[in-house]
Amino acid sequence: MIAIIDSGIANLRSVQKGFERVGHEAKVVEDPRVLNEASAIVLPGVGAFRDGIAKLQEGGFVEPLLQALGEGKPILGICLGLHFLFSESEEFGLHKGLGIIKGRVVRFPQTSDLRPQTSDIGLRTSDKLLSTKLKIPHMGWNQIWVQKEVPIFKGIPDGSYFYFVHSYYVEPEDKTVVAATTDYGIRFTSVVRKDNLYATQFHPEKSQALGLRLLKNFGDIARC
Amino acid sequence: MLAKRIIPCLDVKDGRVVKGTRFLNLRDAGDPVEVAELYDQEGADELVFLDITASFEGREIMMEVVRRTAEKAFMPLTVGGGIRNLQDIRNLLKAGADKVSLNTAAVKEPELLRASSERFGSQCIVLAIDAKRLTVHSSRITEKKHCQPSTVNREPRWEVYIHGGRTPTGLDALEWAWRGVELGAGEILLTSMDKDGTKDGYDLDLTRTISEAVKVPLIASGGAGTLEHLYQALAEGRADAVLAASIFHYREFTICQAKEYLRERGIPVRL
Repeated sequence: MIAIIDSGIANLRSVQKGFERVGHEAKVVEDPRVLNEASAIVLPGVGAFRDGIAKLQEGGFVEPLLQALGEGKPILGICLGLHFLFSESEEFGLHKGLGIIKGRVVRFPQTSDLRPQTSDIGLRTSDKLLSTKLKIPHMGWNQIWVQKEVPIFKGIPDGSYFYFVHSYYVEPEDKTVVAATTDYGIRFTSVVRKDNLYATQFHPEKSQALGLRLLKNFGDIARC
Repeated sequence: MLAKRIIPCLDVKDGRVVKGTRFLNLRDAGDPVEVAELYDQEGADELVFLDITASFEGREIMMEVVRRTAEKAFMPLTVGGGIRNLQDIRNLLKAGADKVSLNTAAVKEPELLRASSERFGSQCIVLAIDAKRLTVHSSRITEKKHCQPSTVNREPRWEVYIHGGRTPTGLDALEWAWRGVELGAGEILLTSMDKDGTKDGYDLDLTRTISEAVKVPLIASGGAGTLEHLYQALAEGRADAVLAASIFHYREFTICQAKEYLRERGIPVRL
């Protein structure tokens, strides 16, 4: 059973239903003790960093999560769940994270002179017609560029589109944890992997077929 | 790179899909959950449900529609229409909506934008604006002194309407968009009342004016009749996404045809 940590306000039905659609049993859990019984853990998150971290702590999830991590249980962070893993976030003031991955969570630059980096796919002249101003949040479907082959990417081609909604992104100190990057004005880390820990900036549960494939891949790791 | 989004919109009344023409004539076009699944399979980038139900019972049916859709369609879902307070927003998010769009309630109580974005995050609060072009000599907005002096002499201008387009507010659409974003809206869904239902193209001046002025993504709505119109709204109108109903509903074009067309015209889309 895959345990999806219920951190309060987030809608977790689609994460659960997504796993079920690809043949993995998943359960939204409010009781941290259930994490011990789980074969894998999903750490989702929507909303603000500070409230999210506070809810994890108040809910008593931090200790069992760190324990599961130490035991080698597969863990998947999604969106804010990725941010939680880092040392600190500068979202609405500086706040401490779980510190599992060294680095910071920072905001997209709010300037109008940046342009999307398109070196990987080539810039068509007609792209110049399009808006040059970076909208924040970074919202919509964007491509991931694989930096490291990891098991959750099985069957997912380089350059695939996933659904993103965020105003902050992660900057890991140790670049070897970067599994994929995405371009939005700057090039940011969109997927990390550290041992049994995986985390995506995008929402696989909102990313149609390829998102479901990623959830399936993660569930398959837990079954091995 | 970030793709421009193609978003079909379903008007839902008492659990059934309808499409309004200039917000008045309604036609029935099926079960919203089935249509949502179809659009999901076709690769629509998001889906919008606009609840035009008036009754309490109808609202309960809508919640069930959202629940069933969230179990079957793995794509972002926005729900709008008749949302009045934080509890309504919480209920919809819990049922499976990813975003809610606020229109009348936001005008009547702008603090709702701030409160809801602080509580649930800006990313799930969409400000829906129904805007109607003011004739050159109309002075309603200026008289009501809703405008900053810097924009009083700007032309053309658009007035915000609420209650499904029935009630003028005296608010200038650009001013209201700025204010809404300042209060915490994470996206703007902008509908041209002049163009809605006409099928002769989006209001490109309106779309560009608002899109270039705000820092959040903008969805253009109202007037899509051809694929060229979608292109115009994205390229000339500078919209981040286009919303359309009837051209997709009545199968004049599939989502895929629309995206292939846009890609050929150089618009980044997800195919």
